Amino acid sequence: MSSPAASTRAAPSRAHILLEFLGSMNLAITLLMAVAVASVIGTVLKQNEPYQNYIIKFGPFWFEVFEKLALYDVYSAGWFLFILGFLVVSTSVCIYRNAPTMLRSITHFRTHAGLNSLRAFHNRQEWVVPRPEAEVTPQLAAMARTHGYRLRSQDHGDHRIHAAMKGSWNRLGYVFTHAAIVIICIGGLVDGNVPLKLKESSGQIQVETRDIPASQVPAESWLSVKNPSFRGSVTIAEGTSANLAFLQLRDGYLVQPLPFRIELKDFRIEHYFTGQPKSFESDLVIHDPELEEPFESTIAVNHPLIYKGYAIYQASFNDGGSKLNIRAWPLLARELQPHDIESAVFQDVKVTSPRGPLTMELTDFKLYNVNPVEDDDASGKQFRNYGPSFTYKLRDETGAAREYENYMSPVEFEGRSMFISGVRTTPAEPFRYLHIPADGKYSLERFLKFNALLRDQERVRQLAEETTRGSFDQLTLERPELRQEVIENMVHLVGLFTQGGVDAILEQVNRSAPEERRTQVMDAYLKVLQTILGELYLELLAGEGIDFSPGMSETDARFFDDSLNAISSLGHYGAPFFAQLTGFEHLQASGLQIARAPGKNVVYLGCALLTLGVFLMFYVRHSRLWFRVEEKDGHTRLLFAGTGHRHERDFAEEFTRLRSELEQRLGIVDRPAPRP
Amino acid sequence: MSVTQQQMMQGFEKPSFWKTLSWFDWIWAALVIAGGIYAYRNLPHLMDVYEIAILAGSTLALITLGWRWKPARALSLAVVIISLFGISRYGTDLGLAEQDFFLRFLVSSQSAVMWMSALYVMATVAYFAHLLSGSDFVGKVASAMTWSATTMGLVGLMVRWRETYLVGADVGYIPVSNLYEVFILFSIITALVYLYYEGRYRTRAMGAFVLLVISAAVGFLLWYSFDRGAHEIQPLVPALQSYWMKIHVPANFVGYGCFALSAMLGVAYLIAARARPGSTLARRLPDLDLLDDVMYKSIALGFAFFTLATILGALWAAEAWGGYWSWDPKETWALIVWLNYAAWLHMRLTKGWRGVPMAWWAIIGLFSQDMDSGMRRNDVDLSGNVILISAG
Repeated sequence: MSSPAASTRAAPSRAHILLEFLGSMNLAITLLMAVAVASVIGTVLKQNEPYQNYIIKFGPFWFEVFEKLALYDVYSAGWFLFILGFLVVSTSVCIYRNAPTMLRSITHFRTHAGLNSLRAFHNRQEWVVPRPEAEVTPQLAAMARTHGYRLRSQDHGDHRIHAAMKGSWNRLGYVFTHAAIVIICIGGLVDGNVPLKLKESSGQIQVETRDIPASQVPAESWLSVKNPSFRGSVTIAEGTSANLAFLQLRDGYLVQPLPFRIELKDFRIEHYFTGQPKSFESDLVIHDPELEEPFESTIAVNHPLIYKGYAIYQASFNDGGSKLNIRAWPLLARELQPHDIESAVFQDVKVTSPRGPLTMELTDFKLYNVNPVEDDDASGKQFRNYGPSFTYKLRDETGAAREYENYMSPVEFEGRSMFISGVRTTPAEPFRYLHIPADGKYSLERFLKFNALLRDQERVRQLAEETTRGSFDQLTLERPELRQEVIENMVHLVGLFTQGGVDAILEQVNRSAPEERRTQVMDAYLKVLQTILGELYLELLAGEGIDFSPGMSETDARFFDDSLNAISSLGHYGAPFFAQLTGFEHLQASGLQIARAPGKNVVYLGCALLTLGVFLMFYVRHSRLWFRVEEKDGHTRLLFAGTGHRHERDFAEEFTRLRSELEQRLGIVDRPAPRP
Repeated sequence: MSVTQQQMMQGFEKPSFWKTLSWFDWIWAALVIAGGIYAYRNLPHLMDVYEIAILAGSTLALITLGWRWKPARALSLAVVIISLFGISRYGTDLGLAEQDFFLRFLVSSQSAVMWMSALYVMATVAYFAHLLSGSDFVGKVASAMTWSATTMGLVGLMVRWRETYLVGADVGYIPVSNLYEVFILFSIITALVYLYYEGRYRTRAMGAFVLLVISAAVGFLLWYSFDRGAHEIQPLVPALQSYWMKIHVPANFVGYGCFALSAMLGVAYLIAARARPGSTLARRLPDLDLLDDVMYKSIALGFAFFTLATILGALWAAEAWGGYWSWDPKETWALIVWLNYAAWLHMRLTKGWRGVPMAWWAIIGLFSQDMDSGMRRNDVDLSGNVILISAG
């Protein structure tokens, strides 16, 4: 057991060692680099993704390891915050230990410098001036002041020291920058989501992962309305309101209630001629029970509304559930019986089809579709508005889905009007477009009738019989079964074509014909197909009352070709119907970010200090000069020394200039006066 | 002695800063102020109150720059004259870029940038020739080329600024908003910082190294322009339409320029440190102490501006989407770069490290900076992960 006296001596020394360690430069630099390296992780590994994605990426073993290391949310990981905290402590200790000295040195002129320590300076010069001290001193003082130095003198009996310095505010730079780091980290901690994480790990709150209306979210996923800092988002459709925000956390969210209600009165978006959004803004109405009446405010990107410490930002826009009138035309049936659907974006519609029940998930509506048009004659790009479109997903019973994008109005392509519909199986791939020719009335009718006619096997057989009657009369006498074979072949070809397009026929040829005859057989098949389809088309035109006896018009001929192309791609198109948009009521929604960050002003104060400090440190140069003066027998012994704090190289130049100026002033060496 | 005490004293009076200004300095200030007023009076509809403040601030900054670093005056005047010529050739028709002789071959932004690119590459070759031959004349040619390239680069940006308004009155923006434009800015700023040190220390031996990194940037720029058509003017997304861009981006690129410069001086240092003492190479390469000092100064300047830029970026982020810091890759890489150079400065200033390790460190710093600027490729995007609700 040590004596009490010994322990009181030992205690401060242990604290001293700890302080020494915490304040050491090696630790500080190690920590700086550690934070830097740890920060890299979060930029390499995508943060806060659903865990499922990580399992797929790394496999179960590494997923587990990375999870334990909290690599999926590095910046709120315990160990990362620990390093940050350690850096803050280390910086604070540095300030605690060094700031008093630094601050003192701003006012301290060091007039007690001893002869030996002055002689130890790299920049120094000694003279014996053949003049009395009273003549020398004013020159020293004048020179120092001329160059911006402040001067303090002290009499040490046998000698006097005139100490000068300038730029001592440089030292304040040290205090400012280091205090700024501590201040910024504290402010950041206030605004960070550490308390949230703590509550979550202690089970007080639970992340909701289901996509359900806020009213059904259980209480464990609701945060307090008093929550001092958060950053969430909410999407509000025109004409509706919300008094909450959602906080994204990993693969789920939490609900943050607000003490006021935000109503979206109107949302406006403007476009550039290129179709890119130029600006978007929301007219908000804030309903606060504490206010006598609600007030209105318009926010736009880069122009938020700040109310009661809550900042409301315009972040994004979306469809707000536009009402859509859709006419579904069957594409695979012989009956042309459309089915009308009245629904809205974000709604699901059940449809029956020859392929079993399907769900039509309406996902989006766009009022404008401006796309570039490559034009040969004009310089630069042209842009064209393709009009309204809507997107939907068609999901079958197995859960597999295709996505479709249908334009409302026909679009001009090389002089023809086409209805266009895009299809893709995954969001990663681009849409492939089906082009359906529009008839003279800009409607789908003729194409759909033609398509339905092709699927009417009775009618196709009838027509095939009529077509073959004339040419086969001779042959059928000898081999009646041959004509029947040709007719069946025709019907079969049309069937193949309507189901799988030209590809299906090609496939059949590849299967059945020997390789060297394939081209030949294919050509023959196509010719037969062309003939029978042509007959069907002519019948359709006749039904429309079109007189094609002088020859088919170019438009009608092209329509025929375009129709065949369209029908041929229907197999890849995949949908059993064509969804035509017949009417809509556009409703928009505004995506708002809502944030509360009470630490913000603290952080900004830190930032201001940091900026000021950095410039003080690098651009205010702290220099000191000393003149040690001693009189002996009418002569003056003068020692001139100086040092530039952290700018030795430049100071050495300055010192050389000052020294020669001093020699001139004191007449030590007779040189011509310095250049003006 | 024949001179009196009084006369001697007068000889040493350091004249006040104002008295050192020449008549050209005052004409310079008057011209810059006139330009500022012209912009203020003629383009008020294009500026909000912050932008007017930025205009006033840049007017003062430009005057001060010209007073403190005299060559900046001639450079600015040349840029203004050539840019105004280019703008006047355009009138209001962007299509003239292909028809007008001067625009097509000289002063349309694309042509000016091509001139800049060619001149920087030629200057690189000339600086190397100067380094290897020791010829003073070649060195002067190299400097002249660098000055001309910088002039043309600035003209390119100025004319492009006007071109953005010719694309559409609502399209116009300051051309520091995409990767193509900021690479031009990077080349110019790196060159300007270099030219400052070249004048300050009266040596052209560093030029070959510094211009190498500018040539690399030019190489990227040309690839990006020819292969990707990056020089085409695209309207700004709403998030980028902010006065913050006018201060954040240039401040950032002063930082990048300085860091790149210091990295190249690091390369020069490593080579100079290995050269046999007394050999021709050792004599022609810049002095080790000088390299070390300029490397430090450049990092200090870069660090100061990078700090400022990162803070401005955080302020902008807070205004654009509600959080001054979100640990997104862009911000995080800015922090990493900042921490790296903070550690570098601590090592040098408090631990007194010098020489080879610091040179290596400065070079490695360039890579972290590349990562950082790479992260900024897509600039600001406002893709918040918004959960949709049927509100209420």
